[in-house]
This record gives sequence, C-alpha cells and structure tokens, in this order.
Amino acid sequence: MNVEELILAALVLPIVGALGIVVANRSPNVREGVTLVTAVAVFACVVQLVAPVLAGSTPLVSLVEPLPGLPVAFRVEPLGMLFGLVASGLWIVNSIYSIGYMRGNNEKNQTRFYVCFALSIAAALGIAFSANLLTLFLFYEILTLITYPLVTHAGTDKAKHGGRVYLGILMGTSMLFLLPAIIYTWHVAGTVDFRPGGILPAGLAPVSVTVLLALFMFGIGKAALMPFHRWLPAAMVAPTPVSALLHAVAVVKAGVFSVVKVVVYVFGSSILAGTTQWLIAIAGFTILAASVVALNADNFKRRLAYSTVSQLSYIVLAAAVLAPLSTVGAALHIVSHALGKITLFFAAGAIYTAAHKTEISQFDGIGRRMPWTMTAFTIGALSIIGIPPFIGFVSKWYIMSGAFSAGMLSVAAVFMLSTLLNAAYLLPIVHRAFFRPPRHDDHHGHDGHHGEAPLPIVIAICITAAGTLVASLFPDVLIGLAQRIGTGGAI
Amino acid sequence: MSLAQHLPALQVVLPLISAPLAVLSRRAGLAFLIVTAAAWTAFAIAIALWLQVDLSGPVSYPIGNWEPPWGIEYRLDRLNSFMLVLVSGMAAIVLPYSRASIEREIPQESHYLFYAMLGLCLTGLLGMSITGDAFNLFVFLEISSLSTYVLIAMGRDRRALTAAYQYLIMGSIGATFIVIGIGFLYLMTGTLNLADMVDRVARIENSRPGLAALAFITVGVSLKVALAPLHQWLPNAYTYAPSSVSAFLAATATKVALYALIRFYFTVFGDAFLFEKLPLPKMMLVLSLFAMFFANFIAIFQDNLKRLFAYSSIGQIGYITLGLSFDSVDGVAASIMHLFNHGVAKGAIFLLIGAIVARLTTRQAAPPAPGFDRIAGLAKSMPWTCFGIVIGGLSLIGVPGTAGFISKWYLVLAAVDKGQWWLVGAILFSSLLAVAYVWRFVEAAYFRAPPAGREAFGEASLFLLIPAWLLVGATLWFGIDTSFTVGSAIEAAQQLVHSHQ
Repeated sequence: MNVEELILAALVLPIVGALGIVVANRSPNVREGVTLVTAVAVFACVVQLVAPVLAGSTPLVSLVEPLPGLPVAFRVEPLGMLFGLVASGLWIVNSIYSIGYMRGNNEKNQTRFYVCFALSIAAALGIAFSANLLTLFLFYEILTLITYPLVTHAGTDKAKHGGRVYLGILMGTSMLFLLPAIIYTWHVAGTVDFRPGGILPAGLAPVSVTVLLALFMFGIGKAALMPFHRWLPAAMVAPTPVSALLHAVAVVKAGVFSVVKVVVYVFGSSILAGTTQWLIAIAGFTILAASVVALNADNFKRRLAYSTVSQLSYIVLAAAVLAPLSTVGAALHIVSHALGKITLFFAAGAIYTAAHKTEISQFDGIGRRMPWTMTAFTIGALSIIGIPPFIGFVSKWYIMSGAFSAGMLSVAAVFMLSTLLNAAYLLPIVHRAFFRPPRHDDHHGHDGHHGEAPLPIVIAICITAAGTLVASLFPDVLIGLAQRIGTGGAI
Repeated sequence: MSLAQHLPALQVVLPLISAPLAVLSRRAGLAFLIVTAAAWTAFAIAIALWLQVDLSGPVSYPIGNWEPPWGIEYRLDRLNSFMLVLVSGMAAIVLPYSRASIEREIPQESHYLFYAMLGLCLTGLLGMSITGDAFNLFVFLEISSLSTYVLIAMGRDRRALTAAYQYLIMGSIGATFIVIGIGFLYLMTGTLNLADMVDRVARIENSRPGLAALAFITVGVSLKVALAPLHQWLPNAYTYAPSSVSAFLAATATKVALYALIRFYFTVFGDAFLFEKLPLPKMMLVLSLFAMFFANFIAIFQDNLKRLFAYSSIGQIGYITLGLSFDSVDGVAASIMHLFNHGVAKGAIFLLIGAIVARLTTRQAAPPAPGFDRIAGLAKSMPWTCFGIVIGGLSLIGVPGTAGFISKWYLVLAAVDKGQWWLVGAILFSSLLAVAYVWRFVEAAYFRAPPAGREAFGEASLFLLIPAWLLVGATLWFGIDTSFTVGSAIEAAQQLVHSHQ
C-alpha cells in the first residue's frame, strides 16, 4: 500500500472492524477476536507511516468538500503521527484488558461497548490526521458523541447524570467557543488548513489574537482546562476500560493534541508572542488546584481523574510557553501521560474486578495479593511523577528545559511544586498497598480471599508498565517526531 | 412544442389531475397508485427543471401561450427550481409511507380522499413555487391551505378538528391579508406579473399604498410561515394531524411560505429598499431571536414528541428569517439551504415519530400521544427508529457531518461578516437548547425502563422505515456532499441580493 492508502486504511479499518463486531454479536470469542485483529491491523498501518514522516514527507489525502474550499482532508505530520501511534497502539492493549474486565465483571451490552470503542478509535485517528480545522472539528464532535454511550454504559441514573455533564460540557464548549473560533479563523485568514508557522494574518490585532486564543483553548473542552474540567470526574461512572479510553487512549489526548496543534499550526509562535500570559496562569492554576483536589480524594478513580486534569494542563502550559523545547515536551507528554495513566487506570480496574474495592482507604496490603498489578501501578506512578528511567521523566525534562530557555522561572516552579504534589497523592497508595498489613474487618463479600486479577488484565497492565520504561530507553522515534513538529519539512 | 418544453406546466398539472382521478377511483389502492405516480413524476420533472435552470438559466413558460405580463407566466430561477425539488421530493417519499401509516390513523373508507387531498396539497405547494404571477400565487396558496385543513382534520384524535379549525381561521386571515396586499400592488402597478411588477413597484414602494401592501403581505405570509408570534396554529396542527401529514407539512408547507416571503421581499420590493430604508431588518431580527429562544425553550418542556418537534420547527424558522435579515449573500444563502436542510431532517423525524405512533396504536382507540412515558425504553424494541430520530436531532443541533451544520456554518459566517458577535453567541447558544430537547428523547428512549403493561413489539414495518431512513440518509448526505444545496443556495442568493453588488 502507498502512504495515502495507509492513511485511509487506518481510518476505515476500525469502522470495518465495528461492522465485524456487530456481525459476530452472538459469539463473544469471535467478537473479541475481530477487535484484536482490527486493532493490530490498524496499528500496523499507522506504524508504517512513521518512516515517511520521519523522512520529512507529510502525505495528504483529500476526501470531499462539504463547504467550498473547505475539504475533509487528512495530512500526517509529526504531531499527529505521535497521537496516532498512541491511540492505535494503546487500543490493542486496551482491548486485551477489556476482555478481562468486561467478562470479569459480567458487563451487559458488550457488543455495543466494542463497537463504540472501535468507532471512537476511528474518530481519534481522524483528529490525529486532520489537515484542517473543519476536519478536526468534525471528528472531535463525532468522538464526543460516540463515547457518550460508553460513558453511560451502566444505564443507571448516575450514569445518565454523568453522561449529561460529559455531553453538556464537551458539546457546549465546542459549539459555543470552538466553532466560532474556527469560523472567525476562516473569516480573517481565508483558510483553516494547518500550516507550520500559523495561518493568521500578521496584522491581526493583539486583542483579536487573545480572544481567538481564548475561544480555542476553552472551546477544546477535552483538554479540561479549568473551569471546564468537570466532565472528566463525572465520566468516572463509566467502566474502567472506558476511563482508560477517555484518559489515555483517545479523548483527553485528542483535547491536548488539538491545543498543541492549534497553537503550533494555526497561531504560530510569532503571532502569539506576549499574549499567552493569561493562559500560562490558568494552566498553572489548573495544575496545582487539580493536584490538591486529587490529594483529598479517597475514591481511587476520582483521584486519578483529577490527576489527569492536572497533567493535561502540563501540556497546555508547555504549549503556551512557546519555546521550541517545551513544544517537544508537550508532544512527548501526550505519549508519556498516556502510558503512565493507562497503567494507573488498568490498576484501578484490576482492583475493582478482583477485590471490588474503589476507595483508597480499603487498599491496605492489597499489593501482597495482587503483586503484578500493584508493581505495575508503582511503575506507572513513578512515571507520572517524573522519575527516571521512565518516560514521564523525559517529557518533563523537555518541558522544564523549555521553560528555562524562555526564562520563565515561575513556570518551572509550578512544575517542581506539582511534582511534589504528584508524589504526595500517588505514593501513599503504593505505601498502603505494600507496607500496611491487610485489614480483616473488610465488610465486602470478598474479604481477603481474592487473588490477582484475570490474566488478560494482568497482561495488559504489564505491557503498559513496561511501555513506560521501553519508551524512555528507546526514545529516538518519539523524540525524532516531536522535534520535527512545526519545523515545516515539506508541508 | 415538444413535451420537454411543457415540463413547467406538467409539474403542476399532473398532481392536479391526480386528485380528481383519485376521488373518481373511490378505491384506496387505486387512489394511492395514481397520486404516488403523480408525485414521483413531479419529482422527476422537478429534477429535470432544476437541471435545465442549472445549465441554461431561468425558464419562462406562458400558460396557454398568453404572453406575459397579460397571461399567467410560470417562471423558474435558481430559487424556485430548488424549492420544487424539495417539495416534490418530500411528496415522493411521504406518499409511499402514508400507505402503511394511515392504516390505523384514518378510517378505511376515506383513504382515497386522503390521497386526493395530499395530491391537491402538493399541487398548491408546487404551484406557489413555480408561478410568476401574484394572484396565481394566492390561488395556489388557497389550494394548498384548504387541502391542508382537510388533511389535519382527518386525524383520528378529536382534537384534530379543533386544530384544523384553528389553522383554518388563522390561515384564512393570513390568506386574506395576502390578497389585500396583492390587491394594493395591482392597484398601484397595474400588473400581477411578479417580474413585471419589479420596475413599477420601485416607483411606488415608498408611497402609503405601497407600504400598506408590504405590511399586509408581510403579516399574511408570516402567518403561513408561523413566524413567532404568529405561530399558534402550528403546534396543534402538527400534533394532531395524521403522522405522514405532519411530516409533509413540516418539511414543505412553512418552507414554501418562506419562499413566498423571500420572493416578495427580495424580488418584488427589492432588498435595497426594504433593508436599508425601512426598519425591517431590525424587526425581523427581533422576531427571529424571539422564535429561536422562545420556541426552542418551550420545546424542552413538551411531553408529546410531536409537539416538541413542532415547537422546534418554530425555532428553526427563526434561523431562516434571521439569515434573511442579514441581507447578505451568505445570510440569504444560509436561509435558503436551511429551508432544505431543516425540511429534510424534520421530515425524517416526523416520519419516524409516525412509525412509533403506528406501533403504539391499537385498532380500537385513537392514536395515543407519543409522550415520554410511553416511549420510555423504546430504543430496545425499535433501535432503527430511535437512532434515526437521534440523527435528525443532531442535524437540528447542527453537529458537523449533518446537513444542519452546513446551514449553521453559513449563518454564523454571515453574522461574523456583519461584525455582530453577540448574534454569533445567540445563534450558537440557542442551538444548545436543541441539545436539551433532543437529549430528553435520548434519555427517555435509551435509559428509562419500558412502562409496565406496555405490550412488547418489534421494529417498525419496513414500509415506514425505508422512506424515513431515506430522509435520514439525506440528512447525512447533505452534510457531506453539499454541491447541490450550497451550490443552489449561493447562486440563488446572488440572484436575490442586489444591494451589495
């Protein structure tokens, strides 16, 4: 296949897979087989795109033109390549995990779950490879809608309420802020294509630039910049594989990806110079405030959710610093947070499946019963905190270097403080799990007799934990891609 | 003259003949065949005429070979050839649907009358669109209105009678106002031919009779458009009419009235006068905003699905008149394409609601109202029906990938172009109200448990589902490939908007 066909294949295969899943409805083993085969095939397509992109080519595929001069088109450039790798690669692991989780918990409507999951991967890849704002917006909204049935999977009143918040905030921000931002960009620039160095005319008044930036930043609600972060904790009602999809594979990553993409390819650093102070302040506040909330959360998934809110603003902040090194860091952090956070969520789901525990205060001594899970959790936590030799350290290193190179010591201070807070809300869990004796006054039915989680879950969690290490030991491809972002190449 | 040259006349005459033939046949099956054949032929003719206008420009057809402006002229340009496709296309889809749909909604013995009335209604709407003569427009308006009253009254719910009566009164007032306005125009200009009127109106439009004519026509047509606050007849009419009638009316009747409004405003009076010398844009702006917010807000609290989407229609009409009030190519184009896009999406929704009603109806009782309690948990038994309504709803919201997004894009672009940022906010915020009412449906159909005692039933019959899904498919299609809608609307707007050329 040539490069253009590979791009289309990566986008179409998940949809074909979804149809296959529907057809295989009656036989769960075949159904999950279809999911896995599709996931591997999609990843194979995406991986084959890496070499051409590293060589500097940015292949373009144009489909239809819904609006004159505004095609639905796909162009693979280094940033989208990174996000595409994350989404398609983690889909494989997440599918393995889902098999263990969905069967282990006897979830209903599993076919619907796998179908929506496959389609949301297609939407995420559509975002990753979008060549202009219209295409990005199209798949951004599709991703919101297709994940809605996943978030509300349980069908309970609580799920319905969580779904309302999820949809209300994501659709509300995108309709109220992102859409006018795109239309205004089209109005002043005459194009909404992503181009290195930006597309906005140089003469645009700083006030207009600031307003436009604000519309974009708050319009991309999936980046969970405060005060539009509440959908993320609300969506915790979903099954854990969905939380992993939201937090690591697709949704929030689509948000921060869009933020970086817009900053680099729509604005460009020259037109933004001096107008991003407020964004740095809000992102910095989000980092710290969300960490503090996480510190006080006893519910495991809620703590992880607020950790995500905080970590996402790392990326927004890094993009807002505008230094080349911090942009590299922002892109790398998309990968590193994905690997780290998916491990943590897998651990949450593993504990829920094996022990039916959701509160951190119940985790005393659980590391002895679930050694694999909790070891992997520890590795993921260390990566999120930013301790070498894990990938979280690499991305944080670049972000900090960028902040120093731009002379923003206050930004560096925020990151230092946040690292401490990360450690403060993640390490006590490790301590509880391994160093406290198990409590026997457990009023749950499973008091103490549970062991490790089902095998697929353990396999998946070990893969992602190992990923944080492997990515850090062999970072050439990732860093190579990240360094090429916005450099132009052949775009 | 070859047959092809007579297409403009056949466009109206074929459905017109089909109605008495249906009555004469006195048999439901035969009447159905006659009127359906007429509607499909009309659709084919409409497409042929659209192509003809597309290739070689406006078409003029003198009825009975009486030269205009003395005789009646049928005149086709970008705008009304587009309207003909919408109206006849909707009829071609609604008619096959009706066969299964009216089975339990209308007593068997009056089925043939139903088809006859639908044929007449189609005749009226096509005639209003195609004619280039003011009085002829009024005549066709009356044909479509009178047949509509009958169609609404055929609903088995007794409240259909009061709904029809209410519409009869309001519609007659509207028609009277229109004919008075046209009378004034005839008095002052001495002509009834719209094209001929253009130059002569320019000389008298600032006179008192000229302004009176404008006022009468504005109010009269607005009544037929259901522009808030003249919308009171619409919710009851859509709610109690037979399902296929609701769908046909929602997709075409108010749209053709809007076409008449555009024709009088932009062609006859001319936007240079109306929108720059008179306070009309402000008035339309206020009324449009009122419709967008008030009706969309009311819609959220309706319990009956038909009524909910009827109020949604009133709100959507607000977007269309808002686009007109901008008086720019983008704005007017947004209105014209929204006529079409909204017609298709709303038609699909009402057809699918009809499918739900058909499932809920028993032979003995009148069709029950599709309230939220009755449709709770329906997605399990009718997945295609419910999913289709969701897609139609997404188009009402204006989600990208659906037709509604395209018109919203142009409408917002027109507002940005005017530098009216608060209007951008208003348009987008009111579209979020649509999220609220569409999601009420989603939560009821997908999350609530079915009510105890409701008989288990399956998916709607394919006779209902296929026509409805054709429209659902069109809603998606015209969100992706817009060469027909956007192309026609932009060119029509360029022909209509003069003041900025």
